[in-house]
Amino acid sequence: MSGHDHPHDHDHDHEDGSRFSEVELRVRALESLLVDKGLVDPTALDALIDTYETKIGPRNGARVVARAWVDPGYKRRLLEKGGAAIAELGYEGRQGEDIVVLENTPTVHNVVVCTLCSCYPWPVLGLPPVWYKAAPYRSRAVIDPRGVLREFGTELPDGVEVRVWDSTAELRYLVLPERPAGTEGMSEEELAGLVTRDSMIGVSRVAAPAVP
Amino acid sequence: MNGAHDLGGMHGFGPVEPERDEPVFHHEWERRAFAITLASGFLGQWNIDMSRSAREQMPAAEYLATTYYEHWLFGLERLLVEKGFVKPEEIEARVAELRRQRAGRAAES
Repeated sequence: MSGHDHPHDHDHDHEDGSRFSEVELRVRALESLLVDKGLVDPTALDALIDTYETKIGPRNGARVVARAWVDPGYKRRLLEKGGAAIAELGYEGRQGEDIVVLENTPTVHNVVVCTLCSCYPWPVLGLPPVWYKAAPYRSRAVIDPRGVLREFGTELPDGVEVRVWDSTAELRYLVLPERPAGTEGMSEEELAGLVTRDSMIGVSRVAAPAVP
Repeated sequence: MNGAHDLGGMHGFGPVEPERDEPVFHHEWERRAFAITLASGFLGQWNIDMSRSAREQMPAAEYLATTYYEHWLFGLERLLVEKGFVKPEEIEARVAELRRQRAGRAAES
């Protein structure tokens, strides 16, 4: 055995009962085999978890959106070559090899899905939420997008065209939501604070800031 | 390949149900499955399409009844075996060993 122990091994057996006890054993078996064979480095595993659990998330995407809202030159580059413009802010890496940015306008609303699995722009949004990877969203986003949007509280007028984009392993999408009215005096940082993850997937819009 | 993973346009899966708190991982084993999958990808023996294809080999009924990281685990085992890094009997032996240890710990406490 590798002796590679995990600090949380003891709490979840109880909460899950037998549902995941077998899969948990298989994961530990595979991990210990990989470590014993020298195929993976245990410290690298912990670093990967830490990176994707705590460091990379939708705040990255929010900074991209806010920059595009305040800097027309950046916005132009972002819409022309998303990945390169996103890399200007330092966001690169796995599952972000080629990112296309889709601009929402008063007449066009874009929504992103991955019907086959879970492709998602990791460098700007982090790992996808469970609902994005689950059957209801994957099946319905392409056949009833307005119904799905309504479940997220997003009502679109009939005149607004909905475009649904199905991601692939090579090509991922980030929605550039509309800048809400009433934000004219806000700084780039304050604007980034308004941008939600869901608005960058396209299931919601960015709400105008509450009037104090 | 057309299969249970090809969900676009299918009916009957019910409403989208976002979680209130949305943890990135829901169990410690999901963290480990995620990490060993990424780290094994660094071996450079397959790409993302091959990973997805491996997950899609899961029997359809099982695919729909299991969670996301169970699909990952299935695919990873398959790729590691296909590429000769691990033998199926090694996995089963290690699982059995861990199961014995767990039973031993349960008996002690």
